Amino acid sequence: MMIPNLAHYRRRKIINAIMLFLCGVAAFLAVVPLVWILLYVLQEGGQYLSLQFFTELPTPVGVPGGGVLNAIVGSAIVVGTACVFSIPIALVAAMYAAANPDKPLGIALRFATDVLSGVPSIVTGIFAYTIIVLPQKQFSAFAGGVALAIIMTPIVLRTTEEMLKLVPRYLREGSLALGASEWKTMLQVTMPAALNGIVTGIMLGIARAAGEAAPMIFTAFGNPFFSTNLDQPIATLPHMVYVYAISPYKDWHAKAWTTALVLVVLVLGLNIIARVVTTWQLKRMGWR
Amino acid sequence: MRRQATLNNEPQIFLLLVQMGAGTPTLPFGASERNPMSTMSLVKQQAAQSRLRALKQRLQHGDLLFRALVMLGALCILLLVIAIGYELWANSPLPREKFGWGFLTSREWNPVRQEFGAFPFIFGTLQTALMALLFALPISLGIAIFLAELAPLWLRQPLGFVIELLAAVPSVVYGLWGLFVYVPVFVRPTAQLFNSTLGFLPLFEGPVYGPSRLAAALILTIMILPTISAVSRDVLLAIPQSQREAALALGATRWEMIWQVLIPYGLSGLLGASILGLGRALGETMAVTMVIGNNLDLSSSLLHPGYTMASIIANEFAEATYELYIQSLIQIALVLFAVTLILNFLARLLVWRVARRVPTEVRA
Repeated sequence: MMIPNLAHYRRRKIINAIMLFLCGVAAFLAVVPLVWILLYVLQEGGQYLSLQFFTELPTPVGVPGGGVLNAIVGSAIVVGTACVFSIPIALVAAMYAAANPDKPLGIALRFATDVLSGVPSIVTGIFAYTIIVLPQKQFSAFAGGVALAIIMTPIVLRTTEEMLKLVPRYLREGSLALGASEWKTMLQVTMPAALNGIVTGIMLGIARAAGEAAPMIFTAFGNPFFSTNLDQPIATLPHMVYVYAISPYKDWHAKAWTTALVLVVLVLGLNIIARVVTTWQLKRMGWR
Repeated sequence: MRRQATLNNEPQIFLLLVQMGAGTPTLPFGASERNPMSTMSLVKQQAAQSRLRALKQRLQHGDLLFRALVMLGALCILLLVIAIGYELWANSPLPREKFGWGFLTSREWNPVRQEFGAFPFIFGTLQTALMALLFALPISLGIAIFLAELAPLWLRQPLGFVIELLAAVPSVVYGLWGLFVYVPVFVRPTAQLFNSTLGFLPLFEGPVYGPSRLAAALILTIMILPTISAVSRDVLLAIPQSQREAALALGATRWEMIWQVLIPYGLSGLLGASILGLGRALGETMAVTMVIGNNLDLSSSLLHPGYTMASIIANEFAEATYELYIQSLIQIALVLFAVTLILNFLARLLVWRVARRVPTEVRA
């Protein structure tokens, strides 16, 4: 019998332990920046947070007080516009993708969705600029909405597609066997069964769209005054953070942090709710 | 004789009609037996009628319309991708006429002299994105291995979610944090360390600035971690259990199982994950714009400020004053779009190759 090479064994075991340990370290390393960012935003942004911040318009440099009411309303309008365009198309396309994954159009749709989700947001902004701002010769909330709609669409589409696929076959088949038409089955059986998931997708889409600043620079453009007009430039929260952050003024920096706090709470809040709803939905459908 | 033949044929026609969903056709009064010649034509007529009825029924149920609508939705998405490419192309003819392919290689970017070349931005983009990938890849791989193989089951879900949240933080918040916290606290000391130890390399030439390409690369590292690790984790999870069991049964340690079996098995998928991360890094705008320093510095040093394709657009587009200037920036967006298109295609292809071998679906 061969005598085992003990040194060799020991080396393998040590390498194993070190590498596995490093993997664990990597995982916790990734949590550090998240905690760091959140703590900082809370600490810096929390200082100036007050009710005024939500109900007042921005003040000029050096004037204390003031809020971001116009940006909150602006973000709501621009994201709302985006929802109006993206949700119907995304839902309908998701129905196609879920029903025909193997047809040529289904494969092409899948690829197109993947490409859309990979297109940099700034390119989306330029696209919205060329189709809306250029012909109208005016920055507008509407153009911002279109840019965000393109960003939202693949997120809503994909989540909806996955959720529709998770609906058990027998529900659909039962409905069809009872004589219901396809669209009735889709609207009254499949969609309600997947509803939570679809709402999740919409929330994730909204969260992503609400945080985008890059396309806003040359579509919604920003506006220091209160506006609800779709044809006019409008302020949005992420753009406000950008403008305040790159300004040379100390009190604007403070406002940047507070605006960022509002934005982070909104975006992460939506993400967390979406996650809770998804888990709930998956459990209901007997997964996991 | 002829009558016999007609009668014999009739059940088949009946059957045919029943199969078409029209039900048993009721022959009109006095048609069939007495007048064999007209029976055929009547049956044909009825068949046509019932087909029409079937069509009407389908339309009435609305399924045809529904299918058309759903297909239209799918086509809209395809058209959107094509429209983005077309619009960017159609709105940037001037720089193509004036500079041709030289646009991509010219180092001159001078709005005052109407000279536009995208090379500094292409270089800056590639440099920051590749550095970010270099930093992020080992960490993400570690995360993916931890989440897929090592972590206790109760930890996998929450930890995976926390890392996903990293992708949800808005880019502009990364920029804000980067500008005021990350760069002075972490990036600058790191840059000084690089400069003092590796300063002889052109890549780490001094002087050391705060906002720099290194700052951009280091913030991109954090931002692409979730993308790469999520896809890599899914790739690892898609590898059949039998591969692991076989490796362990042959006496491999867990790390040897991971390194010598799982990683080679999922290599193309992991490569796809990295390319997706690279794509994300190339197009990232706000955070990079806020920390890269926005300077047309042509040196290759990571420690100097620079520009990327996305950041020049973000920085100058709203202020571009004349056609050629605007169109040059649109042309840069077109290049960015083309690059992301190609990278996405490559990445999906690679990820699908792993996913196709196994039933689990992996999708980035």
